This record gives sequence, structure tokens and C-alpha cells, in this order.
Amino acid sequence: MDFTRRDALILGAGAATVALLPVQAFASVSDDAIAAFTGGAATSEGGIELTAPEIAENGNTVPVAVSAPGAVSIMLLAAGNPNPDVCTFNFGPLSGSQSASTRIRLAGTQDVVAVAKMADGSFVQTSSVVKVTIGGCGG
Amino acid sequence: MASGVKPRVKVPKTASAGDVITIKTLISHKMESGQRKDSDGNRIPQSIINTFTCDFNGQNVINVELHGAISTNPYFQFEATVPESGDFTFTWNDDDGSVYTETKTITVG
Repeated sequence: MDFTRRDALILGAGAATVALLPVQAFASVSDDAIAAFTGGAATSEGGIELTAPEIAENGNTVPVAVSAPGAVSIMLLAAGNPNPDVCTFNFGPLSGSQSASTRIRLAGTQDVVAVAKMADGSFVQTSSVVKVTIGGCGG
Repeated sequence: MASGVKPRVKVPKTASAGDVITIKTLISHKMESGQRKDSDGNRIPQSIINTFTCDFNGQNVINVELHGAISTNPYFQFEATVPESGDFTFTWNDDDGSVYTETKTITVG
């Protein structure tokens, strides 16, 4: 079978699509998780603070802190993890402030996303890029 | 039940009424993420703590849903309001059905 220029182009385009697919899959999974949390409502910026290191040497334990005054619950997502769910904080009537910190696993360099549900039913979102030197998913 | 699970909680012993205090909790747990493979290439099934709750005299302070991306030995730091003397109850629920609890008493003086 001879390879025409057209065949080569089609093959190349197909390979490029396959190479891009995983990235899109991750993005859509985390978008789905956000949509499930917000019920499809739009999120706005501001009113939420996410503190994460710029560079994490060990992806197995990355300290992160979130704070969103007036929030009912805050969801943390790691957009580049095989499973983007990290945790959800639900604040009760006796919580002193709508903030919490924990340690999370990150598979590689990626965006960490925090979405907060406010008392009035609106949603705010923020994200922070964390560079990971050694991934934390154990291959 | 996962072996060697030991909860540790740090709560101030005394506070003034209405004070906001910081609570730190740590529980030793492997938090098997379900992503790792053993030496034969078989996936190790997920085994994590899936919920953590802190209550004060029966009223909720915080409730956390955990997933596989929480590190080994889950650590949480958060703040609570103390209206009166009483007990903080901390509860961790394991995937395997075990429940680990810890109680700390605080005195308002």
C-alpha cells in the first residue's frame, strides 16, 4: 500500500487527537465534579482564598489551606489527579471560621481548585498551580 | 480494621465563653488510594477514612468528606467557637466500617 501525502496528513491528525484526549478527559472530569457540587450554577471569583505551595517536592503530602468567610461548604479538587475529588468541608453552626487546612496527594504539576458554596446559595471558585517534583500516586 | 490506627487531637484545656479556638487533628492511617499496584502489578483496593466529623455538645462544628487524594495520616486544622464548657467529640469513619472516636473536654472559666 502506498502512502499518499493525504494519508499521512490524516494519520498525523488522528495521532494528535489521541495525544490530546487524556488532557481533555481530566479537564472534563473536574468540570463534572464542580457541576455536581454547584448543581450547574455559575461560579464567580473572589471571596475565597486557597493557600498552597508554589512548588511541592513531594506530591504525597502537600499542605493546603482554604478560607472562604460566609461559606457553608468548601470543595477541594485536584484537576490533574486520576480521581479529581480531594475532600469537602461542611461547616456546622459552631465552626469558628470558614477555614480549614489539610494535606493532600497530587499526581503531578497541576491546578488545585477550591469551590465554596456561600450561605446565600452562590458559588465562588479559585485555583492555584502547584508544581510537583515527585508525584504522589505511587505509579 | 486497619492496624495501628491512633487518633491524636490537640484542643486547648480552657477558654473564655465565645472564644474561637484552633483544633488540630491527626489520625494514623494508610489511606490506601486505590491507585497503587503491588509487586505483581495488581491494583491495591482503596481503603481510606471516608468521613471525619467534629461535634461539640452534640452540635456540629465541621464535617469533612475525604477521598483518595488525602495524604497518609489525615491531618485537619480548623476553628471552633466555644459557648460553654463541654466535650468535643471527633469521629472518623473507615471504608471497612470501623469507627474511631476521640473525646476532649474543654473548660470555660
